[in-house]
Amino acid sequence: MIIFVCVVFQLRSVSVDLNNDVSLLIDIPDALCERDKVKFTVHTKTTLSVFQKPEFSVPRQHEDFIWLHDTLVETEEYAGLIIPPAPPKPDFESPREKMHKLGEGEATMTKEEYTKMKQELEAEYLAVFKKTVQVHEVFLQRLSSHPVLSKDRNFQIFLEYDQDLSVRRKNAKEMFGGFFKNMVKSADEVLISGVKEVDDFFEQEKTFLLDYSTKIKDSTTKAERMTRAHKNVADDYIHVAAILNSISAEENTALKNFTFLQKVEGRVASDQELKLTELLRYYTRDIQAAKDLLYRRARALADYENSNKALDKARLKSKDVAQAEDNQRQCMQKFEKLSESGKKELTSFKGRRVVAFRKNLVEMAELEIKHAKNSVSLLQGCIETLKNC
Amino acid sequence: MAAERDPPPPGDAGQARFGEAEDGEDLFVGAVGALESNPSSPEPASLPAEDISANSNGPKLVDSFLDDDPDDLFAEATEEVSLDSPEREPILSDGPSPAITPIMAPRIDSTLFDQALEEEEDNGDTFDICISVSDPEKVGDGMNAYMAYKVTTKTSLSVFSQNELSVRRRFSDFLGLHSKLASKYMHSGYIVPPAPEKSIVGMTKVKVGKEDSSSTEFVEKRRSALERYLMRTVKHPVMLKDPNVLQFLESSELPRAVSTQALSGAGILRMVNKAADAVNKMTIKMNESDAWFEEKQQQFENLDAQFRKLHASVESLVCHRKELSLNTASFAKSAAMLGNSEDHTALSRALSQLAEMEEKMEQLHMDQAYADFYLFAELLGDYVRLLTAVKGVFDQRMKTWSKWQDAQLMLQRKREAEAKLQYANKPDKLQQAKDEIKEEIVEWEGKVQQGERDFEQISKTIRKELGRFEKERVKDFKSVIIKYLESLVQTQQQLIKYWEAFLPEAKAIA
Repeated sequence: MIIFVCVVFQLRSVSVDLNNDVSLLIDIPDALCERDKVKFTVHTKTTLSVFQKPEFSVPRQHEDFIWLHDTLVETEEYAGLIIPPAPPKPDFESPREKMHKLGEGEATMTKEEYTKMKQELEAEYLAVFKKTVQVHEVFLQRLSSHPVLSKDRNFQIFLEYDQDLSVRRKNAKEMFGGFFKNMVKSADEVLISGVKEVDDFFEQEKTFLLDYSTKIKDSTTKAERMTRAHKNVADDYIHVAAILNSISAEENTALKNFTFLQKVEGRVASDQELKLTELLRYYTRDIQAAKDLLYRRARALADYENSNKALDKARLKSKDVAQAEDNQRQCMQKFEKLSESGKKELTSFKGRRVVAFRKNLVEMAELEIKHAKNSVSLLQGCIETLKNC
Repeated sequence: MAAERDPPPPGDAGQARFGEAEDGEDLFVGAVGALESNPSSPEPASLPAEDISANSNGPKLVDSFLDDDPDDLFAEATEEVSLDSPEREPILSDGPSPAITPIMAPRIDSTLFDQALEEEEDNGDTFDICISVSDPEKVGDGMNAYMAYKVTTKTSLSVFSQNELSVRRRFSDFLGLHSKLASKYMHSGYIVPPAPEKSIVGMTKVKVGKEDSSSTEFVEKRRSALERYLMRTVKHPVMLKDPNVLQFLESSELPRAVSTQALSGAGILRMVNKAADAVNKMTIKMNESDAWFEEKQQQFENLDAQFRKLHASVESLVCHRKELSLNTASFAKSAAMLGNSEDHTALSRALSQLAEMEEKMEQLHMDQAYADFYLFAELLGDYVRLLTAVKGVFDQRMKTWSKWQDAQLMLQRKREAEAKLQYANKPDKLQQAKDEIKEEIVEWEGKVQQGERDFEQISKTIRKELGRFEKERVKDFKSVIIKYLESLVQTQQQLIKYWEAFLPEAKAIA
């Protein structure tokens, strides 16, 4: 059982320009990890009068975030918006498994090796922890910086309600039963591609998003594998360094520096993970959210077309015409509203995505260069020492 | 007894010392006799001080009744040696006693060894020989096919007929060379560099003609291993001067080494011998009174374990790095597709650039994996095998000691038999039997002498060999590690180039 209390640095790498509207500032300054459960401290600073206090903090669990996300998705009013993707569940599986293996293999390693491996593992735990805090924070910040969503009542309750949210969560589940979400999952591809598009913009977006979402999912998986392999290489150096140390105790103190090789490879691996893999992961989810919007709009279009047909039928039969006209008008309004807001959202989404990619790719390149230059000087120093001894 | 412990006069070196051993514990009466014969010896050998303690295994039994003050015993020994120093020579040259086994031949070589060591020490860097193994070529077809390698020797040493020689050899030739050297030198305590391992799977692939990357890798691995094997062999001053080695490097035609085949008569004999050795190892319990050897043996056991672990770790490193390379390639393809799909032009271009760069990284990682392997892992593999040879040398010493002990035992029995004869009452047969027994006693005295000499010699040789081994090992590792680190530097520098080329592309996203 591992308990982490962590003061987290703001690692806002996947979304930029959030949290600079002074009227509503949100962050997660610390979090506690107990076994599987992570407790986030959500801290809000606001000038808005809708809140009771100008500054406050509440403890929240991952499930609370999911509840908030789902309620937003189920809200009809927001059908024309891209709802920020829900943060994924905190996953300590990988480091936990490694810790287990380490415990089993303790007898076969030297004390030094074991200590180093343990340190590495603790760093990994910490990294997972930081990532999950970051991704939960970004979710809230996306909401707070959205002109419409930031005013959502449930969002405000989430931020402010100082009691346990679990009662509310249960009620919500009973009300909606996740109906809408399930529908989306099974039907979106078919519906989106099946509906005849009247608007060029949406036609393009549809083609793009469908294709892109497959590609980015694939890239995420491949990036994850690449990063994991890199970590393995780094870990191997721990063992190599430890044994070399014990063999060459007398002759080469320079060989003690072999442990830095692990750092060299390890830093490269973890930076790549943070900048590249995390980026891809986040946008895979975000693309899905955009697709959900398209789905809702496609649904609305289908309804609109159906209502037109119904109106024609009613007119033919001269029965319930007023009702049909009413229905048709509503559908049309809904559809047009969705289209208008959808266009805005998708355009800003693209902008956001491009900016985030640029930032991360640039930062990754700069970090890789820095690490490589560091390694070169360390390695050359080591070579010099060896040559001279 | 006390009187007998007076420091003996130089001339009668051992006699007085072992005089008291007459009544039953006489082991060395004849032994030191040889010390005085053949005072003429051409070589001024350098006798390191350690030789003295080599004696300590000898007088073990004498210790038991000269039990107090072992220091005195050693003090005597010191005096002996220092005074008799030139007379110690005879141990190195042909002893007077009849050869019990064909150990005689190396006697000569060990003189050469001392000489060579002297030369090496005097001349420092003029050990000038460079061997390369290259141009693997497949000869023949089907299951009788084999790979022939070009062996080029570049040297300025006078032992060779030319400065540059080139011959073609096949793998079994190398094994044959090793086999000859092993049978000649191993039992004297020389660490004979082991030959590369056979690989049925690898060779079959090559024979069958599979032109894939795994068989080219196999051939390259073997070529590199053969080269290291030869270099290690010629670095050994004694091996370098061995006619087999010279023949191997020089003559264009070499008799086919059939006995290296696993299923040949010689192969089966080898297996039987190996089994016998293993059994013997378990049954011989040597009284190690030389702390130096005990310590060294333990040290090498530890080193062996460490090397095996290290080898395993490095192989894991190679494996993971290859995996990294494959995963990078896979990611590169995926990133390219993502770039194609991306509708923002600048981002699309950047993603394509990223993909291209990752492709280059894939190759870089693969190259680094090869460096990991060829520099590091293979060297460690060599050393794991070398350490087996080192351990073998300790075993040889044990065998030599055992032979010596056996000879002593026989001598004792013969003496007992002689003593019995004294009290027998068959006067007519008595004289004949007495003569016979006397002859046998002389014979066994000789064997005991020989045994002790062999034991001392092998101990001495092993000390030198271990010293050499340690020096070589440190040098070897240092040079390989430096090369390895340099390979890492290159990789990192290349990485910098790639990322620096990518950075403006990333910045150009607008």
